[in-house]
Amino acid sequence: MVNALAVAAVSLAALIVLTPLVMILGTVIAHGMAGLHWSFFTQIPKPTGETGGGMANAIVGSVMILLVASAIGIPLGVGAGIFLAEYGRNVYGNIVRFTSDVLNGIPSIVIGITAYALVVLKQGHFSLLAGGVALGIMMIPTVCRTTEEVLLMVPQSIREGALGLGIPQWRTTVSVVVRTATSGIVTSIMLAFARVAGETAPLLFTALGSTFWTWKLSEQAAAMPLQIYQYSITAYDDLIQQAWTGAMVLIAMIIGTVIFVRFVTNRGMLKGAR
Amino acid sequence: MGTLQKAPAEADSFQDQNPPKLALVPTDKSGILGSVFADVAFRSVVIACAVSVVAIVGLIVLELVTSSGPALHKFGFTFLVKSVWDPVRAEFGALPVIYGTIVSSLLALALAVPLSLGTALFITEICPRQLRTFLATCVEMLAAIPSVIYGLWGIFVLVPLLRHHVAPLLAKYLGWTGLFEGTMYGLSMLAAGVILAIMILPIIASIAREVIMAVPQQQREAALALGATRWEMLRVAVLRNARTGIFGAVVLGLGRAMGETMAVTMVIGNTAQISRSLFAPGATLASVIANEFNEAVGSMHTSALVELGLVLFLVSLLVNAIAQFLVWSVTRGMPARNIA
Repeated sequence: MVNALAVAAVSLAALIVLTPLVMILGTVIAHGMAGLHWSFFTQIPKPTGETGGGMANAIVGSVMILLVASAIGIPLGVGAGIFLAEYGRNVYGNIVRFTSDVLNGIPSIVIGITAYALVVLKQGHFSLLAGGVALGIMMIPTVCRTTEEVLLMVPQSIREGALGLGIPQWRTTVSVVVRTATSGIVTSIMLAFARVAGETAPLLFTALGSTFWTWKLSEQAAAMPLQIYQYSITAYDDLIQQAWTGAMVLIAMIIGTVIFVRFVTNRGMLKGAR
Repeated sequence: MGTLQKAPAEADSFQDQNPPKLALVPTDKSGILGSVFADVAFRSVVIACAVSVVAIVGLIVLELVTSSGPALHKFGFTFLVKSVWDPVRAEFGALPVIYGTIVSSLLALALAVPLSLGTALFITEICPRQLRTFLATCVEMLAAIPSVIYGLWGIFVLVPLLRHHVAPLLAKYLGWTGLFEGTMYGLSMLAAGVILAIMILPIIASIAREVIMAVPQQQREAALALGATRWEMLRVAVLRNARTGIFGAVVLGLGRAMGETMAVTMVIGNTAQISRSLFAPGATLASVIANEFNEAVGSMHTSALVELGLVLFLVSLLVNAIAQFLVWSVTRGMPARNIA
């Protein structure tokens, strides 16, 4: 009897866990569809009080910030991953691994504070660059850890074969090992994108948000999650509607990426989600 | 018949005269010095990348400490125990904010741990094999949803739901505990706890799943062979063996809950006060920083906010280190067996 109750309780728990997911996705799609016009993707926000306008500048801003972030996050992350896999099976490697996990666990707002102190205070103004730096720092641990994992899965015999043929060590790593693992590294980069694209807190006081077209590195920038946040705490119905539509577009992109990666490689965003 | 000679057809084989030109293999010895230099250069670049990761964390600590220097100097230890948060008179005490962080995180854990453990057990032990990947993907979807969208949903769906339907029931049946007093305006510690619980569910569930899959199959078989029912087998063989790792998963979820910013800012009501009732609004470390940083009045205010960030950093560092150690001690770094 206890057995039956326990099994039922466990099954119920799983069902309860699925409910918020369905509710959130359902609500976002239901509310967001109403505002899905072409103008959403092509117009910038109208002055407060006027209806209409869209989030085009936020979409462009998000893309620019992600570009800056990847310029920082991808080279450092892949390089650190190569170090950990090829040269890091020792105490130095353990230090770097531990530090990377620490960096992964730092709350995103603390990274925002650091980017503020490092970039905004030095430059004297808020900027897209500062937002990109903050998000780039957040990308590093994800890319590094997954790159190391993927490189370790390349069989040792491939390395030995290449070295045995006389290919120099650096060429082995670059052209043989990394090339074998390229798809894994690409998917890890996509997962890092998916995670970082939805981050708002680091952008609150680095990119600051804007209602104009923004693409210059030294200007304030709008970003989709930031714009959604700023609209959702206003009192205007049409801005709140735009927030829902923006949320729908953002979720579609992020969940699309995560599902695609999972479908292709069976690797997930969470460590235990294999 | 002199010395044996190779048959003419084999004297110089085609292979010997035209060795295959493989793309990367060097064909002569002339480039050795160059390739030694390239080896050293590549190794240095890669080491520089790894060192930069450590340097970034060091920079974060350095910036936090220097920027919060004035507040550290002025308030010292009393920062953590005083309750007054007054930007006008530059008096800052973080106790209500720390209280809010602890209460919201504990509430989130209380709600999330049973549900996520149940989900982990269901997915690994009870669920039919075909459903496993689908369910695991669904749980992961919860992790992929950005925090600000949780907040948006929280403001417009969860808070009215709690205010109209859940709060009266809680006040009526559980009001004797003193936790559910006062008027529920909606934006409250309760709403923050519920949203945080939903956000940390996938983390705890996925690590618990990994830990449960690391329990050797012989343990389960031994329990069943001794006549245990399914639940008894789960309790004795699986949960007991995995309990260190599950504890680690819970602590990891706690770390995540404490650092969560956007969703909490949007539903907690942002009032730095200590209140017994869960219906009252509150504030957490992260939500105060998010709200007040851009409008900080004076450098002491900014410095006090950065000191809050330093406290948050240290606490989450400690919690994450404990969690990583606990999980590592069970799985020993081995990847989970791929059931799904």
